[in-house]
Amino acid sequence: MAEFWSIYLLPGIIILAQILAIIVPLLLCVAMVTYYERKIMAAMQLRMGPNVVGPFGLLQAFADGAKLFFKETILPTSANKIIFLIAPMITFLLSLVAWAVIPFDDGIVVSDINVGILYLFAISSLGVYGIVMAGWASNSKYPFLSALRSAAQMVSYEVSIGFVIITVLLCVGSLNVSDVVRAQAEGVWFFIPLFPMFVIFFISALAETNRHPFDLPEAEAELVAGYQVEYSSMAFALFFLGEYANMILMSGLTAILFLGGWLPPFDIAPFNWIPGPIWFFLKILLLLFVFVWVRATLPRYRYDQLMRLGWKVFLPFSLFWVALTAGVLVAFDLVPQT
Amino acid sequence: MILQGLTFYLFAAIAVGAGVMVVSARNPVHSVLFLILTFFTTAGLFVLIGAEFLAMVLVVVYVGAVAVLFMFVVMMLDINFVEMREGFLQYMPIGVLVGIILLVELLMVLGTASLSPEVMAAGTEPIPDLAQRQNTAALGDVMYTKYIYLFQAAGMILLIAMIGAIVLTHRQRPGVRKQVISKQLARTREEAVELKKVQPGQGI
Repeated sequence: MAEFWSIYLLPGIIILAQILAIIVPLLLCVAMVTYYERKIMAAMQLRMGPNVVGPFGLLQAFADGAKLFFKETILPTSANKIIFLIAPMITFLLSLVAWAVIPFDDGIVVSDINVGILYLFAISSLGVYGIVMAGWASNSKYPFLSALRSAAQMVSYEVSIGFVIITVLLCVGSLNVSDVVRAQAEGVWFFIPLFPMFVIFFISALAETNRHPFDLPEAEAELVAGYQVEYSSMAFALFFLGEYANMILMSGLTAILFLGGWLPPFDIAPFNWIPGPIWFFLKILLLLFVFVWVRATLPRYRYDQLMRLGWKVFLPFSLFWVALTAGVLVAFDLVPQT
Repeated sequence: MILQGLTFYLFAAIAVGAGVMVVSARNPVHSVLFLILTFFTTAGLFVLIGAEFLAMVLVVVYVGAVAVLFMFVVMMLDINFVEMREGFLQYMPIGVLVGIILLVELLMVLGTASLSPEVMAAGTEPIPDLAQRQNTAALGDVMYTKYIYLFQAAGMILLIAMIGAIVLTHRQRPGVRKQVISKQLARTREEAVELKKVQPGQGI
């Protein structure tokens, strides 16, 4: 019995605690990100933003959540019921499982696997299924068009994200997420030598999370709300939570790949007093601000423009940059040894 | 080890069950979804034998890209289920033949493995040892160092196949107005806007 406790039960409880320690703050962050977004948008458009519920409107997100929770879940009669219900769960689940390999500080990570970057890439490439399944299972025009759009869009931008990740990996020499940050501790943060890749990655992240100006799957002017049309109550809330958790995840991934993760900007006195997770958090906050800034500023892309940007601009350019980075690394003998 | 064994049987059972459902599901979209489930559980099995790189690549390539394209096509099919039943008997002999060939091949692989223990031992032993070399690096050693020319040749063949497919399916349609971005960007204010002074009561 003691053996059973020490081999199975105790590690199981520890892992469960670790998972909760990530998910509970993450969900709180998701709630606060919606508030953050609305406040920034309001400031940019000279409005007040949410200011009624709680001090400075801080509890607005929870009020919205409670409202959604008490609404009726409507199942369209012609919908494919099981897939209709699984789709939002998949979206939500995928936005959470990716956090398992995100390091918050040196060694503070739930699962420090060797192929962490590939894992993140794999999970983000699955995000399309939630939307496609929702669009198809709704059995309705607008969601279906939205599903087709999103399938093509996310597959297209994944390709350039893949190449960007390859350039970073060439400079790191490991697929471990923590190693990416450690490699930046020795040299400069990667957004300096790989600046064009940083820009491409961020724009592709916008497309991958279906955010403005690439929010064509839910373009309200053409498709009402795209794949979310038939959803209500908690099913809708799960899509919403998943979308924002994905935004935070993509910001975190950008911070890790290009902005040095948990590292302080300068390794000198006042900066390195502040613990790593706070730096990481600040970087995510900065990138989320850019997400919202882009939303408040840019008009939506037309679909053919979106495809052109992905396939004819980003793909050749990132391919060229992979070759260039590899060439420079070999020519100047900078290839990281493994 | 008990936990690993249980996980193996769980994944294996789901993979086989989902595999059966791929061919037996009535709705083609359900088939694709079960196919994805099969890929996913297979990735889990790869992780269990310590081939995490293969597992991730399986998910990225097959689930993330190939199955999305399957789904994309299958979703748009306008399927008449009655017609599909009619074709069933017609295609059954070929299907059965392919099935038998695959079964025989599988049995031959299993047969050689169980007849000669040394083959079996080689199969279960990862090369090189996982503790010394990560399997990403080990795969790189084999593919990009040992067999680099063959690997490149395989890549070229795939590239040629892709170009061939594009050439065969590409058709030039006359009368299609295409957007030429450079032309649009080269437009200046002078050639796009003309300012006219309109006299009252006259029009242009």
